[in-house]
This record gives sequence, structure tokens and C-alpha cells, in this order.
Amino acid sequence: MKRVLIGIAVVGVLGLAGFGALAWKPAIAPITPPAPSNFPPDLVARGEILASAGYCGECHTAKGGQPYAGGYPMVTPFGTIYSTNITPDPRTGIGAWSEAAFRRAMQDGVARDGSHLLPAFPFDHFTKLSDADVSSLYAYFMTRPAVDAPAQQNTIPFPFNIRALQAGWKLLFFRSGRYDPQPAQSAQWNRGAYLAESISHCGACHTPRNLMGAEKRSRSFAGAAIDNWIAPPLDNSNPSPAPWDKDELFAYLRTGVSRFHGSAAGPMAPVIHGLSKLPDADIEAIAVYFADVDGATNRPAMDPAAIRQVLAGDRLRAGLQYDPATRLYTAACASCHYNGADKINPLRPELTLNTAVHLDDPTNLIQVILNGIDAKDGAVGVVMPAFRHFGDADIARIAAYLRATRTSKASWPDLEKKVATIRQQRSSQE
Amino acid sequence: MTKFTINGRAVTVDVEGDTPLLWVIRDDIGLTGTKFGCGIGMCGACTIHVGGRATRSCITPVAAVEGAEVTTIEGLDPAGAHPVQQAWRELQVPQCGYCQSGQIMQAAAMLKDFPSPSDEDIDAVMNGSLCRCMTYVRIRAAIKQAAAVVARKS
Repeated sequence: MKRVLIGIAVVGVLGLAGFGALAWKPAIAPITPPAPSNFPPDLVARGEILASAGYCGECHTAKGGQPYAGGYPMVTPFGTIYSTNITPDPRTGIGAWSEAAFRRAMQDGVARDGSHLLPAFPFDHFTKLSDADVSSLYAYFMTRPAVDAPAQQNTIPFPFNIRALQAGWKLLFFRSGRYDPQPAQSAQWNRGAYLAESISHCGACHTPRNLMGAEKRSRSFAGAAIDNWIAPPLDNSNPSPAPWDKDELFAYLRTGVSRFHGSAAGPMAPVIHGLSKLPDADIEAIAVYFADVDGATNRPAMDPAAIRQVLAGDRLRAGLQYDPATRLYTAACASCHYNGADKINPLRPELTLNTAVHLDDPTNLIQVILNGIDAKDGAVGVVMPAFRHFGDADIARIAAYLRATRTSKASWPDLEKKVATIRQQRSSQE
Repeated sequence: MTKFTINGRAVTVDVEGDTPLLWVIRDDIGLTGTKFGCGIGMCGACTIHVGGRATRSCITPVAAVEGAEVTTIEGLDPAGAHPVQQAWRELQVPQCGYCQSGQIMQAAAMLKDFPSPSDEDIDAVMNGSLCRCMTYVRIRAAIKQAAAVVARKS
């Protein structure tokens, strides 16, 4: 018995020591920030494009704050995490970080002082970045204006706040390694996959996460709830009636709107802004990659006959106004959303095809009806007004009407309650 | 602070971002051609153009038009001679007139999408623009006349 206990103790101690060895990362010696002139301008320019395509400023800039000075709150199931200052301020930013320290943070999720970074920072994607791209990003951030902005205290409760435990999370869910090109695919496909999976970290929103907050690798791009919106599936379970083929993906990612799917709104709007600095060839590559991921070629194309059928449905219902739901829709929505001609005008978003109407969850549709879309988002320069003056019942009525008349899918349950919840989330954010 | 252009003129307004654009247009910028009807986007009296699209200004938060181009009835045509306005005068469409700037802005935007609109197109698009004097028959006729004028010119 005594020997068994000793055995367990030995194994326990060894295990702890092993975990300690794994969790412990050395600090990397601080440096004096190099002068901006040390970085070649073309390297900085490449870094700027990548920083934009990675939306670094979205999380690393607080509302109304200095660019990249951190302090943006990210609400997670584990508590609120504040982004950190990534300007080259030596005391509160990354000014004392050598390129090696920056590279380790990007590719392995370890800060300069050796502490593990939380996976709210998508190092599980950035690990796939090439060394050259990490160098460009380093050059870009080290040439930004330094801002003195100390990190804010996260509100993550014990035990999740123990940084060493992140090593366990990494052991379970994280594989360090650069993007692995698929030799069976074209160079264009690989370029798209590289951008989508590394810097642009599409899976961070579009892949569901497990209870520990790690992306479920077996369900890549299967869609997930994020920030009170739904990030729709990007695989072949995407419910849009029209296939997301290369052309529509390109139009959507380049201009913020696809005539057969709708506008980028909510958390997807900044993604379109971020990608805007990438050249057309890169957007095309991403489109090629996702057209393959979602199996667009296996689905019937939106040919002229299919478009005519959609529009015929629109016209048929335009005159029926005796039913209260139809009347409400006709007065509030049809002046913009009705398409009567033989083609679909992307600026008259065709709701029969709109992804939000076809998702299992009505969240995105309700969000857009309640809050509208600003001129800078989606189709740039035009606005969808905010119908938040409507009561929950009327918004639910419009959503239910669209679901029933524009799709053949099951109706959404508890719509009115859902509208109230989403309205509440919005006002608690403000 | 919200910056946008209105009738080609750059403006900056210092109001809360959720202030309805209609209030800003009437009270801060002083253009009173755009009318307040229902205040909830159900009557069309406040219709203006944002980026050339007919938009209900009473439910559009001013922050939403940051950087956008706004056009009101005062800016539709410098001489008030847009084909829709001309047709409106020739057919004497208005009665009391309160809803008419919204009707005209909606109709002018419509003609860009539907250059020769059918009755059902007009019904579908104009349905959100109410007229308590019931001038609908003349509105429909004026839209068709304006469409014909535009077609002849182009």
C-alpha cells in the first residue's frame, strides 16, 4: 500500500514538474526600440496591408482611443478580456520586444516576459503566418506612434486567470506550425487558404468552439454564434439558396455586398474594411478557397430562370395587402427591397435570397431590422434605417412573414422574445 | 461629430449619434422641405436620398450617414426642374402637399431602378409613401409621365 502511495506521489510530482517545464517559457531580453528609420518602407507597407487584413486595430483599439493602444473589452464566457497596447511604447506597449519576442507571441502565443497569452488573441491562426509576414507586421507596428497606455485588468475569475494553465490549453488544443500548402490544390487556392486561415483568421468566428473556447477542428467553418450575431456556416451546410461561388464571394468580400446573398453587417462589416487593403488577386484567392470549402460547384447556379422565379414571387405578393403582416412589410420594407425587373439589383437587397432569412437562427435578420446598416458598412454609401421604433411584436411579425413567404424552412420559434433579448443586448452595450 | 454632404455641401454636425437625420436636416441644417410624418418609417413623408437611394430620414440615426451623400428635395434639381417635379406641376399632383416632397424623392429614386415602371412596380415601391388626400391616381400618372420624359431625353 505504502509503495503504491509513493508511486502515485512520484508520478504526481513528475507530472507537475513536466507540466512546469512545459508551461515555463523564458523571458526574452528587452530591447531599446529601434528607430523607425531602421525598417525598410516596403516592409512597413507590406505589414500595413497584413495588419489591415488581420483587423488588428479592431481589437487593439478602444472605442475613441488611440490606434493600437489597446483597452478594447472582449466579452467572453470566461470574463472580460481587455486588449493590450501594441504600439512601440517601451513601458506599456511592445517597444521593448525584439523581433524574436514578437514572432514568439504571434506564432506560439507567449509574451516577451514568458507569460502565456490568452487565446482571445488568435495565435492559433497567426502561428500559420510565414516568417516573412511576421517580420512585415513587426516592422509595421514598431513604426507606429508610441502611446503610453497601461493594460487594463481582465475580469477573468480563478482558475482561468492562471497564465501557466494556458500551457495545458495549448497542449490540448494548439499546434504551433506554419501554413502547410496542399500540393493537390492550385497556388491560388493555397494563397487563399493561407490568408483565410492565418492572418484573416476566418475560423475564429465561423468555426464553433468547445467548452474550453477552442475551435472544434472537426467542424471547421460550420458556423457559430459570436458577439450577439451568427457567423453563418462557410462549409456546404450554408443555407443560402444561391451558391457562394467564386464570383459572389469576390463581390461580397471586395464590395461588401453580393446581389444573391446580401450585405456585410455587424461583426462582418469590419472584416470587409480590413480586407480592403488586399489586392484583387488576394481577394480572388480567398474566394477560390471558400468556393471550394462550401462546395459551390455542387449546387445549382443562379441562372436567369432561377432569378425569374425569385422575382415572380416578389411581384406576386406585392399587391396582397389585406393580411396585417404583408401590409406591414409592404409599407416598411418593400419600397427598398422590391425587385420587379428581370434582374436583381444589389442595392435592392433581395430578401428571398438573403442569407439572414434562411439561417436556422433569426438573430442576424432581427439585428439588421432593429439597428440598420450604416453608410460605411455593407454596400458603402447607402443606409438601411433602424426600425427600433417598432415594437417587438411588429419586428417579430416582419421576420416571421419573410421566413414564411421567402423560404420553405421551418418557422422560427419564440420570435418576439428573441427580438426583446437582442434589443436588450444592444442597449446594455451602449 | 458627424460629417456628411447635403445637396453637395459638406456639413459637420455636433449632435448625439442616434439623433434622427430628419431632425438634423430640419433643425440644425435648416432645410425644411423634408417633412415629419409618423416618425417610425411608416409613411414616407421624410424620404430623402442617401447615396442616391430613397431613405426614410426619421429612422436613420445621423451617425449612420457619416461620410455619405445626402440629397433632400431642395437639392434634387438646382432649378426644381427634375422630370418628376415637372410632371408633378403639369399634372397638379399635390393637394394639401405635406407628403409630396417625400413622394417626389421616392419617385425620383424609383425611376433610376425602374426606368419604365409598370403599375405593379409603382404600387410596390410607392406603397410606403402615404397621402391622406388620396392623390395616388395622379401620383401614378405623374411617375409614368416623368418616366416617358426621361426615356425621350436619353
